[in-house]
Amino acid sequence: MTETLPDAVAALIGQPQYQEQTEFPIESGYIYTTCASTQNGNPLFWDAQTAQALTGGPIAPPTMLSVWFRPHYWSPGAEGERTPLRTHFELKRLLELPEAVITDNEVVFGAPVRPGDTLHTRQVIRSISVPKTTKLGRGRFWVIDVEYTNQHGEFVGTDTYTAFGYVRGGEQ
Amino acid sequence: MSATRLLFSEVQPEQALPPLTVEVTTTLVVLGALASRDWRPMHHDRDFAVQRNGVRDVFMNTPNQAAWFERYITDWTGPTGRIGRMKFRMKDSIFPGDSMVLSGRVVARTLDAQQCGWLDLRLCIHAGARLATECEARVALPLDTEDNPWRRRGESWQP
Repeated sequence: MTETLPDAVAALIGQPQYQEQTEFPIESGYIYTTCASTQNGNPLFWDAQTAQALTGGPIAPPTMLSVWFRPHYWSPGAEGERTPLRTHFELKRLLELPEAVITDNEVVFGAPVRPGDTLHTRQVIRSISVPKTTKLGRGRFWVIDVEYTNQHGEFVGTDTYTAFGYVRGGEQ
Repeated sequence: MSATRLLFSEVQPEQALPPLTVEVTTTLVVLGALASRDWRPMHHDRDFAVQRNGVRDVFMNTPNQAAWFERYITDWTGPTGRIGRMKFRMKDSIFPGDSMVLSGRVVARTLDAQQCGWLDLRLCIHAGARLATECEARVALPLDTEDNPWRRRGESWQP
Protein backbone atom coordinates (compact mmCIF):
# COMPACT_ATOMS: atom_id res chain seq x y z
CA MET A 1 0.00 0.00 0.00
CA THR A 2 1.30 3.46 -0.86
CA GLU A 3 1.31 5.99 1.98
CA THR A 4 0.44 8.87 -0.36
CA LEU A 5 -2.95 8.84 -2.03
CA PRO A 6 -2.30 8.56 -5.78
CA ASP A 7 -3.44 11.63 -7.75
CA ALA A 8 -5.52 9.45 -10.06
CA VAL A 9 -7.46 8.14 -7.06
CA ALA A 10 -7.82 11.55 -5.40
CA ALA A 11 -9.28 12.84 -8.67
CA LEU A 12 -12.13 10.32 -8.40
CA ILE A 13 -13.46 11.85 -5.17
CA GLY A 14 -16.77 13.57 -5.85
CA GLN A 15 -16.99 12.31 -9.43
CA PRO A 16 -20.12 10.31 -10.38
CA GLN A 17 -19.17 6.87 -11.70
CA TYR A 18 -20.86 3.68 -12.88
CA GLN A 19 -24.13 5.24 -13.96
CA GLU A 20 -26.49 2.33 -14.57
CA GLN A 21 -30.14 1.44 -14.76
CA THR A 22 -31.94 -1.60 -13.44
CA GLU A 23 -31.55 -4.74 -15.58
CA PHE A 24 -35.31 -5.38 -15.37
CA PRO A 25 -38.37 -3.37 -14.32
CA ILE A 26 -39.15 -3.53 -10.60
CA GLU A 27 -41.27 -6.63 -10.17
CA SER A 28 -43.63 -8.13 -7.63
CA GLY A 29 -41.99 -11.56 -7.44
CA TYR A 30 -39.00 -10.32 -5.52
CA ILE A 31 -41.25 -8.19 -3.32
CA TYR A 32 -43.29 -11.23 -2.28
CA THR A 33 -40.15 -13.35 -1.80
CA THR A 34 -38.59 -10.67 0.40
CA CYS A 35 -41.76 -10.40 2.47
CA ALA A 36 -41.87 -14.21 2.73
CA SER A 37 -38.22 -14.35 3.82
CA THR A 38 -38.99 -12.02 6.74
CA GLN A 39 -42.57 -13.14 7.37
CA ASN A 40 -43.61 -9.53 6.73
CA GLY A 41 -47.40 -9.29 6.67
CA ASN A 42 -47.55 -5.52 6.10
CA PRO A 43 -50.80 -5.13 4.10
CA LEU A 44 -49.12 -2.50 1.90
CA PHE A 45 -47.39 -5.39 0.13
CA TRP A 46 -50.20 -7.96 0.15
CA ASP A 47 -53.48 -6.07 -0.08
CA ALA A 48 -54.19 -3.99 -3.18
CA GLN A 49 -56.91 -1.91 -1.50
CA THR A 50 -54.63 -0.89 1.38
CA ALA A 51 -51.82 -0.06 -1.05
CA GLN A 52 -54.17 2.02 -3.17
CA ALA A 53 -55.53 3.89 -0.17
CA LEU A 54 -52.20 4.64 1.51
CA THR A 55 -49.55 4.76 -1.20
CA GLY A 56 -51.56 5.24 -4.39
CA GLY A 57 -50.87 1.67 -5.55
CA PRO A 58 -48.39 -1.13 -4.90
CA ILE A 59 -44.90 -0.31 -3.68
CA ALA A 60 -41.77 -2.28 -2.80
CA PRO A 61 -40.45 -2.44 0.77
CA PRO A 62 -38.09 0.56 1.03
CA THR A 63 -35.23 -1.58 2.35
CA MET A 64 -35.15 -3.43 -1.00
CA LEU A 65 -33.48 -0.42 -2.64
CA SER A 66 -30.09 -2.04 -3.20
CA VAL A 67 -31.70 -5.33 -4.31
CA TRP A 68 -32.68 -3.89 -7.67
CA PHE A 69 -29.09 -3.23 -8.69
CA ARG A 70 -27.52 -6.56 -7.85
CA PRO A 71 -26.53 -8.11 -11.18
CA HIS A 72 -27.77 -11.46 -12.42
CA TYR A 73 -25.45 -14.29 -11.40
CA TRP A 74 -25.01 -15.00 -15.09
CA SER A 75 -26.10 -13.30 -18.29
CA PRO A 76 -25.20 -13.82 -21.96
CA GLY A 77 -21.83 -12.33 -22.85
CA ALA A 78 -20.86 -11.46 -19.29
CA GLU A 79 -17.46 -12.70 -18.18
CA GLY A 80 -16.09 -13.19 -14.68
CA GLU A 81 -17.78 -12.47 -11.39
CA ARG A 82 -20.32 -9.65 -11.60
CA THR A 83 -20.29 -7.54 -8.45
CA PRO A 84 -22.41 -4.66 -7.16
CA LEU A 85 -20.73 -1.55 -5.69
CA ARG A 86 -18.02 -1.57 -8.35
CA THR A 87 -16.41 1.61 -7.00
CA HIS A 88 -15.54 -0.27 -3.82
CA PHE A 89 -13.78 -3.06 -5.71
CA GLU A 90 -12.06 -0.52 -7.96
CA LEU A 91 -10.67 1.30 -4.91
CA LYS A 92 -9.34 -1.98 -3.51
CA ARG A 93 -7.53 -2.55 -6.79
CA LEU A 94 -6.22 1.00 -7.25
CA LEU A 95 -5.03 1.29 -3.65
CA GLU A 96 -3.56 -2.25 -3.64
CA LEU A 97 -5.64 -3.24 -0.62
CA PRO A 98 -6.62 -6.89 -1.11
CA GLU A 99 -9.04 -7.15 1.83
CA ALA A 100 -11.98 -4.95 2.72
CA VAL A 101 -14.93 -4.90 5.09
CA ILE A 102 -18.02 -2.71 5.08
CA THR A 103 -18.15 -1.14 8.55
CA ASP A 104 -21.25 1.04 8.24
CA ASN A 105 -24.21 1.31 5.91
CA GLU A 106 -26.74 4.15 6.00
CA VAL A 107 -29.75 4.35 3.71
CA VAL A 108 -32.03 7.33 3.15
CA PHE A 109 -35.37 6.58 1.51
CA GLY A 110 -37.10 9.00 -0.86
CA ALA A 111 -40.06 8.41 -3.18
CA PRO A 112 -41.46 4.87 -2.98
CA VAL A 113 -40.28 2.33 -5.56
CA ARG A 114 -43.17 0.76 -7.50
CA PRO A 115 -43.55 -2.36 -9.66
CA GLY A 116 -42.79 -1.39 -13.25
CA ASP A 117 -40.35 1.38 -12.30
CA THR A 118 -36.95 1.66 -13.93
CA LEU A 119 -34.34 2.96 -11.53
CA HIS A 120 -31.09 4.73 -12.25
CA THR A 121 -28.00 4.82 -10.08
CA ARG A 122 -24.57 6.34 -9.84
CA GLN A 123 -21.74 5.91 -7.35
CA VAL A 124 -19.77 8.79 -5.83
CA ILE A 125 -16.67 8.49 -3.62
CA ARG A 126 -17.16 11.01 -0.81
CA SER A 127 -13.89 10.57 1.07
CA ILE A 128 -10.77 8.43 1.45
CA SER A 129 -8.89 8.55 4.74
CA VAL A 130 -5.20 8.79 5.42
CA PRO A 131 -3.59 5.38 6.12
CA LYS A 132 -4.70 3.86 9.42
CA THR A 133 -3.81 0.72 11.34
CA THR A 134 -6.56 -1.33 12.97
CA LYS A 135 -6.83 -4.83 14.40
CA LEU A 136 -7.47 -6.08 10.87
CA GLY A 137 -4.44 -4.50 9.26
CA ARG A 138 -3.14 -1.30 7.68
CA GLY A 139 -5.24 0.47 5.10
CA ARG A 140 -7.71 3.25 4.47
CA PHE A 141 -11.35 3.99 5.19
CA TRP A 142 -13.51 5.25 2.34
CA VAL A 143 -17.10 6.45 2.01
CA ILE A 144 -19.15 5.78 -1.12
CA ASP A 145 -22.63 7.15 -1.85
CA VAL A 146 -24.86 5.15 -4.19
CA GLU A 147 -27.59 7.50 -5.40
CA TYR A 148 -30.87 6.25 -6.84
CA THR A 149 -33.53 8.00 -8.94
CA ASN A 150 -36.57 6.68 -10.80
CA GLN A 151 -37.64 7.09 -14.43
CA HIS A 152 -39.26 10.45 -13.53
CA GLY A 153 -35.99 11.77 -12.12
CA GLU A 154 -37.35 11.64 -8.55
CA PHE A 155 -34.94 10.92 -5.73
CA VAL A 156 -35.68 7.44 -4.38
CA GLY A 157 -32.74 7.01 -2.04
CA THR A 158 -29.07 7.09 -1.17
CA ASP A 159 -27.08 4.17 0.16
CA THR A 160 -23.89 5.26 1.95
CA TYR A 161 -21.19 2.66 2.61
CA THR A 162 -18.18 3.14 4.85
CA ALA A 163 -15.51 0.54 4.17
CA PHE A 164 -12.04 -0.26 5.43
CA GLY A 165 -9.68 -1.64 2.78
CA TYR A 166 -6.52 -3.16 4.22
CA VAL A 167 -3.48 -5.36 4.04
CA ARG A 168 -3.58 -8.03 6.75
CA GLY A 169 -1.39 -7.64 9.83
CA GLY A 170 -2.90 -5.65 12.64
CA GLU A 171 -2.00 -3.75 15.75
CA GLN A 172 0.28 -5.54 18.14
CA MET B 1 -57.19 -6.60 5.84
CA SER B 2 -56.86 -4.54 9.02
CA ALA B 3 -53.71 -3.54 10.86
CA THR B 4 -52.49 -1.35 13.68
CA ARG B 5 -52.03 2.29 12.72
CA LEU B 6 -49.88 3.86 15.41
CA LEU B 7 -50.18 7.62 15.79
CA PHE B 8 -47.35 10.00 16.68
CA SER B 9 -49.19 11.13 19.81
CA GLU B 10 -49.40 7.55 21.09
CA VAL B 11 -45.62 7.16 21.42
CA GLN B 12 -43.38 8.41 24.22
CA PRO B 13 -39.58 8.82 24.29
CA GLU B 14 -37.81 5.81 25.79
CA GLN B 15 -40.81 3.63 24.97
CA ALA B 16 -39.70 0.07 24.21
CA LEU B 17 -40.82 -1.82 21.14
CA PRO B 18 -42.08 -5.32 21.83
CA PRO B 19 -39.28 -7.84 21.12
CA LEU B 20 -39.52 -10.26 18.23
CA THR B 21 -37.90 -13.70 18.43
CA VAL B 22 -37.17 -15.74 15.32
CA GLU B 23 -35.57 -19.17 15.19
CA VAL B 24 -33.04 -19.00 12.36
CA THR B 25 -32.83 -21.93 9.96
CA THR B 26 -30.63 -22.58 6.93
CA THR B 27 -33.71 -22.17 4.76
CA LEU B 28 -34.36 -18.73 6.25
CA VAL B 29 -30.76 -17.62 5.60
CA VAL B 30 -30.75 -18.91 2.02
CA LEU B 31 -34.23 -17.56 1.27
CA GLY B 32 -33.21 -14.12 2.53
CA ALA B 33 -30.03 -14.10 0.45
CA LEU B 34 -31.79 -15.14 -2.74
CA ALA B 35 -34.69 -12.72 -2.15
CA SER B 36 -32.11 -9.94 -2.00
CA ARG B 37 -30.30 -11.26 -5.11
CA ASP B 38 -27.16 -11.93 -3.09
CA TRP B 39 -25.50 -14.92 -4.74
CA ARG B 40 -22.31 -14.90 -2.67
CA PRO B 41 -21.58 -18.45 -1.47
CA MET B 42 -21.15 -17.68 2.24
CA HIS B 43 -24.92 -17.21 2.38
CA HIS B 44 -25.86 -20.60 0.91
CA ASP B 45 -22.77 -22.88 0.85
CA ARG B 46 -21.79 -24.15 4.30
CA ASP B 47 -18.43 -25.59 3.14
CA PHE B 48 -17.45 -22.24 1.65
CA ALA B 49 -18.52 -20.34 4.80
CA VAL B 50 -16.53 -22.67 7.06
CA GLN B 51 -13.41 -23.08 4.93
CA ARG B 52 -13.08 -19.63 3.37
CA ASN B 53 -14.72 -17.33 5.90
CA GLY B 54 -13.69 -19.31 8.95
CA VAL B 55 -17.15 -19.19 10.50
CA ARG B 56 -19.30 -22.03 11.75
CA ASP B 57 -22.01 -21.98 9.06
CA VAL B 58 -23.75 -19.89 6.40
CA PHE B 59 -24.87 -16.55 7.82
CA MET B 60 -27.59 -13.98 7.24
CA ASN B 61 -26.68 -11.25 4.73
CA THR B 62 -26.94 -7.52 5.44
CA PRO B 63 -29.80 -6.64 3.03
CA ASN B 64 -31.96 -9.34 4.56
CA GLN B 65 -31.23 -8.01 8.04
CA ALA B 66 -32.40 -4.61 6.78
CA ALA B 67 -35.61 -6.27 5.64
CA TRP B 68 -36.01 -7.87 9.08
CA PHE B 69 -35.59 -4.45 10.75
CA GLU B 70 -38.19 -3.00 8.39
CA ARG B 71 -40.64 -5.78 9.23
CA TYR B 72 -39.94 -5.28 12.95
CA ILE B 73 -40.61 -1.53 12.78
CA THR B 74 -43.76 -1.74 10.67
CA ASP B 75 -45.19 -4.62 12.70
CA TRP B 76 -45.25 -2.04 15.49
CA THR B 77 -46.30 1.08 13.56
CA GLY B 78 -48.63 -0.52 11.05
CA PRO B 79 -48.64 0.35 7.34
CA THR B 80 -48.83 4.12 7.85
CA GLY B 81 -45.36 4.09 9.44
CA ARG B 82 -42.92 5.24 6.74
CA ILE B 83 -39.21 4.60 7.23
CA GLY B 84 -37.02 7.53 6.20
CA ARG B 85 -33.55 6.46 7.21
CA MET B 86 -31.65 3.44 8.52
CA LYS B 87 -28.07 2.99 9.63
CA PHE B 88 -26.42 -0.32 10.49
CA ARG B 89 -23.36 -1.54 12.20
CA MET B 90 -22.55 -5.23 11.94
CA LYS B 91 -20.98 -6.71 15.07
CA ASP B 92 -21.32 -10.45 14.67
CA SER B 93 -22.94 -13.00 12.37
CA ILE B 94 -26.35 -14.65 12.58
CA PHE B 95 -26.28 -18.40 11.91
CA PRO B 96 -28.78 -21.24 11.52
CA GLY B 97 -29.64 -22.51 14.97
CA ASP B 98 -29.47 -19.04 16.51
CA SER B 99 -32.44 -17.59 18.27
CA MET B 100 -32.57 -14.12 16.72
CA VAL B 101 -34.14 -11.45 18.94
CA LEU B 102 -34.97 -8.00 17.59
CA SER B 103 -35.50 -5.29 20.17
CA GLY B 104 -35.54 -1.52 20.32
CA ARG B 105 -36.67 1.69 21.90
CA VAL B 106 -37.67 5.21 20.96
CA VAL B 107 -34.83 7.66 21.59
CA ALA B 108 -36.43 10.84 20.22
CA ARG B 109 -39.80 12.12 19.06
CA THR B 110 -39.73 15.30 16.96
CA LEU B 111 -41.85 17.36 14.60
CA ASP B 112 -39.93 18.82 11.65
CA ALA B 113 -40.46 22.14 9.87
CA GLN B 114 -42.77 20.38 7.40
CA GLN B 115 -44.97 19.21 10.30
CA CYS B 116 -43.90 15.62 9.79
CA GLY B 117 -43.81 13.55 13.00
CA TRP B 118 -40.58 11.56 13.37
CA LEU B 119 -39.42 8.88 15.76
CA ASP B 120 -35.75 8.06 16.14
CA LEU B 121 -35.35 4.42 17.08
CA ARG B 122 -32.38 2.49 18.39
CA LEU B 123 -32.69 -1.17 17.48
CA CYS B 124 -30.57 -4.26 17.68
CA ILE B 125 -30.47 -7.93 16.81
CA HIS B 126 -29.10 -10.41 19.30
CA ALA B 127 -28.18 -13.91 18.17
CA GLY B 128 -28.51 -15.76 21.46
CA ALA B 129 -26.35 -13.77 23.90
CA ARG B 130 -24.30 -12.14 21.13
CA LEU B 131 -25.02 -8.62 19.87
CA ALA B 132 -25.10 -9.17 16.11
CA THR B 133 -26.31 -5.89 14.60
CA GLU B 134 -27.08 -2.38 15.75
CA CYS B 135 -29.44 -0.14 13.82
CA GLU B 136 -30.58 3.45 14.09
CA ALA B 137 -33.80 4.15 12.22
CA ARG B 138 -36.01 7.16 11.63
CA VAL B 139 -39.67 6.53 10.96
CA ALA B 140 -42.51 8.96 10.26
CA LEU B 141 -45.89 8.40 11.88
CA PRO B 142 -49.23 10.08 11.16
CA LEU B 143 -50.08 12.98 13.45
CA ASP B 144 -53.77 12.04 13.44
CA THR B 145 -56.13 9.70 11.62
CA GLU B 146 -56.27 12.07 8.60
CA ASP B 147 -52.49 12.33 8.21
CA ASN B 148 -50.50 9.92 6.04
CA PRO B 149 -46.68 10.18 5.74
CA TRP B 150 -46.79 8.30 2.43
CA ARG B 151 -48.46 11.31 0.80
CA ARG B 152 -45.37 13.41 1.40
CA ARG B 153 -43.28 14.23 -1.67
CA GLY B 154 -40.33 16.46 -2.50
CA GLU B 155 -39.73 19.19 0.06
CA SER B 156 -42.37 17.86 2.45
CA TRP B 157 -40.35 14.62 2.90
CA GLN B 158 -37.09 15.34 4.72
CA PRO B 159 -35.82 12.07 6.21
